[in-house]
Amino acid sequence: MLLLLRLLLKNAFRHKLRSALTLIGLVVAICAFGLLRTIVDAWYAGAEASASTRLVTRSAVSLTFPLPLNYGERIRAVQGVSGLSWANWFGGVYVTERNFFPQFAVDPPSYLALYPEYVLPDAQRQDFLRDRQGAIVGRKLADKFGWRVGDQIPLRGTIYPGTWSFTLRGIYDGVDASTDEQQLLFHWKYLSESIRQRPGANPARVDSVGVYVVGIREADDAALISQRIDALFRNSLAETLTETEKAFQLSFVSMSEAILVAIQAVSLIIVVIIMAVMANTMTMTARERLAEYATLRVLGFSPGFVVRLLAAESLLIALVGGLFGIALTLPLAAFVGQAVGTLLPVFRVSELTLLLQLLAALLVGAVAAAWPAWRISRIDIVAGLRHVG
Amino acid sequence: MKALPLSYIARNLWVRRVTTVLTALGMALVVFVFATVLMMSEGIRATLVATGQPDNMLVLRKGAGAEINSAIARTQAAVVESLPGIATDALGRRLVSKEPVALINLPKRGSGKPSNVTVRGTSDLGLTLRPQVRLAEGRMFRPGTSEIVTGRAIADGFVGAGRGETLRFGGRDWTVVGVLDAGRSGFDSEIWGDSEQMMQAFRRRDFSSMVVRLADAGDFERTRAAIDSDPRLLLEAKPEIRFYAEQSEALATFISILGTALSVIFSIGAIVGAMITMFAAVAQRVGEIGTLRALGFRRGAVLVAFLAEAMLLALVGGCVGLAAASLMQTVNISTTNFQTFSELAFRFTLTPGIAVETLLFALLMGLLGGFIPAWRAARLSIVDCLREA
Amino acid sequence: MNAAAADALPPPLIRIRALSKAYQRGAQHIPVLQGVDLDVQRGEFIALMGPSGSGKSTLLNLIAGIDQPGGGRIEIGGIDIAGLSEGELADWRAANVGFIFQFYNLLPVLSAAENIELPLLLTDLTRRQRRQHVDAVLAMVRLSDRADHYPNELSGGQQQRVAIARALVSDPQLIVADEPTGDLDRVTGGEVLSLLADLHRQLGKTIVMVTHDPKAAERAERLVHLEKGVLVAGTAFGH
Repeated sequence: MLLLLRLLLKNAFRHKLRSALTLIGLVVAICAFGLLRTIVDAWYAGAEASASTRLVTRSAVSLTFPLPLNYGERIRAVQGVSGLSWANWFGGVYVTERNFFPQFAVDPPSYLALYPEYVLPDAQRQDFLRDRQGAIVGRKLADKFGWRVGDQIPLRGTIYPGTWSFTLRGIYDGVDASTDEQQLLFHWKYLSESIRQRPGANPARVDSVGVYVVGIREADDAALISQRIDALFRNSLAETLTETEKAFQLSFVSMSEAILVAIQAVSLIIVVIIMAVMANTMTMTARERLAEYATLRVLGFSPGFVVRLLAAESLLIALVGGLFGIALTLPLAAFVGQAVGTLLPVFRVSELTLLLQLLAALLVGAVAAAWPAWRISRIDIVAGLRHVG
Repeated sequence: MKALPLSYIARNLWVRRVTTVLTALGMALVVFVFATVLMMSEGIRATLVATGQPDNMLVLRKGAGAEINSAIARTQAAVVESLPGIATDALGRRLVSKEPVALINLPKRGSGKPSNVTVRGTSDLGLTLRPQVRLAEGRMFRPGTSEIVTGRAIADGFVGAGRGETLRFGGRDWTVVGVLDAGRSGFDSEIWGDSEQMMQAFRRRDFSSMVVRLADAGDFERTRAAIDSDPRLLLEAKPEIRFYAEQSEALATFISILGTALSVIFSIGAIVGAMITMFAAVAQRVGEIGTLRALGFRRGAVLVAFLAEAMLLALVGGCVGLAAASLMQTVNISTTNFQTFSELAFRFTLTPGIAVETLLFALLMGLLGGFIPAWRAARLSIVDCLREA
Repeated sequence: MNAAAADALPPPLIRIRALSKAYQRGAQHIPVLQGVDLDVQRGEFIALMGPSGSGKSTLLNLIAGIDQPGGGRIEIGGIDIAGLSEGELADWRAANVGFIFQFYNLLPVLSAAENIELPLLLTDLTRRQRRQHVDAVLAMVRLSDRADHYPNELSGGQQQRVAIARALVSDPQLIVADEPTGDLDRVTGGEVLSLLADLHRQLGKTIVMVTHDPKAAERAERLVHLEKGVLVAGTAFGH
């Protein structure tokens, strides 16, 4: 048995250059496969991080239509609702368009109560609540731009014209890796009052709310409470659409579905490519060793043994390549996560991805050996021997 | 230098059919990805570029960037309308369209998943200003009614948007009386209705944008200066073509960067595959190399022959990949343009430039994969070759 | 050798003086040829014999210009081939040397006619002229009916005849043959040797042949024995 293992190892790396090239191909493919899956995961991260006890109420027409502020009191009175806050998408530009990150005007006390995953030191929380022009940001965002508490952050408005300046009052940490640490929150009151003071302000816009975030006691009641809320405003001037936070986040993901589908297709293509490369290697290997395999057959080994020998060799190479690829994925993902920055705020290689990478490598190894193994199981011993020299 | 005949090179590939096909298949897949990505960003670009007209000027609120963020008060619109240099139609009307633009959430046919669709309020002038848009089915909406016409992609892709069907938004039902063929421009993904009716339905006081036909496109700079210098306006003007090109930039750039990065990573796999194949080809033909050199073929001829073999292999893969990619031209896809937050339908577009680029990319892979093996083949000593044969 | 005698004899085609060659195997220095002197007249057919390791193949390779000598001179047709660069040597081989190998060394993907045509691709002949030359030598080796066959469709003897045709097609002044019958049975080998001898007689080619088969060697006009890298004796058969 030991002899067999040595034969296997020796065979697998006998053709040093070819084995090295095959391994490079495998490492690249497995790594790319893992990264692509991680990109897709990152897209869904917002939905994954959502809480099942939060609902989002928005205008039924589309997210770009605001809701009146006075809806808040009526939603709070709905049975089963435990908390209520609201947020407006600000859409400001920090220095250049390239520095995109989400900014929300929120009602701080109620918003932070609904989002316990944003962990903020008490002193900073008090400072933020007290300062109407204050803002808080996530840890990753602060690190990216080198912001410190007390800094002024200027934003150029696209939806709300003019330049806005906020004083950074706190930096929150996510309770775990899935929390978005790349957003900026500031006072909704500051926004609405600034608009009110502008000449020619549209009163409809002054006291308007982008979305209501509704806390509920029981996750199981989500559907029922959503219906109750929407029924309140049916046939009003601004009808609402209430859904779970997860469904709300997924609706963003589904907008880019075409791109996601393409990425997923491509991550499968890479596995097929490397399968072709590896199958090619194994075919050549088998062709070169016809004489050896024939000799083994003459010595009395069964066709099955010879096939297993080849398959084991293929799997061994695939396994080594796969493990290297997986090992390389983690640092590479960290690097890519840095590079894409705020575009995909949560960029983390999941355990499932690692497992799938390993499975993909083994699948490549198995498929690659199939055709040559079938060939050598059928060789004529005499013809094989004649292949010597 | 005298070279070896192409038939020798081609037949050697033919002799090793299985290996050749596997290697070429790997390359074909890479080429396919490379080509479709280019075709995708070209399709987006072509769609949005076709949306703009060379002598049209688009006016938005300063800093708004997109129509959906913009607001133009009626008083401001009147000032712009009275500027000199605006073209008139046969009836002497100024060719200006003042348009409210909104996003509404509609479910897609088939999946039922909601997506944002652009709704534009316009008049018959809107059609005059966009000669690429024509009515494909039915008739145009009548002013002052709840009638709408839908772009081809919307009519086909969304529930209730076909001719004769009804859509509900803004508190009323709208009857689809016609379908627009916008010549593969962005208007294929829009819904058009009467401007005043839309303003009422969405309770808007302001227009979103103005489209102005200039009597002379060369007058643009002067007109823009007039708008810039008027303190009442706070508006900005852009040539329509540039506006739409900018709208496509982020998405097209994102897709081409993502796609190019993927193609480069994949190509490493394919290059490794070609290298393995060519190393094996060299090893198999050492005796032939010695014979050819003895007959008087120079090292360079051997180098060129093996390089040409690798590149021919890549060219086969390239042609297969490109042929597969060209089939994608029949596929219509749509995704959300994250700059406008709305649905955009487009087609994979294959241009001669992309075809050339793709084949060059394939040849480059062949060159990179073939160079080291070919170099090695050329470096062998004649005596060693003949001894090993 | 006095001046008058030198004038009387035509200058030899091959003139080898103090030729030496050694290989390095690890730390070991292995001499293969040690001071070989040899003249081959234009139109002569000589056989090189000797036990394996005697250096006969190395000598042949040096004469054919596919190996570099360690020391001494090889002049062929008045040219010191050791002084040529790689590229010049390749061109020189194309113009002056025809090769016949033990295992024929035909390219498997080319037909008989295409294999024969290969050396002509290194000349400036037109396609039509090349075709004519190929047809002529095919007739000479009596394989006109096999022109479009591939090597694996030909017997060993036929393959070697194609190889001989390839060696002749560019009309070189020198033909080198390395064990041309080594892979053939006695009868077929005899036929190949007869063909070589005929061509030598009819075309007046200079032939240098390495062989370990005394029967083959008898077909040559002169026999040169090598042992341990030194010429030991020469026998002239004088057909």
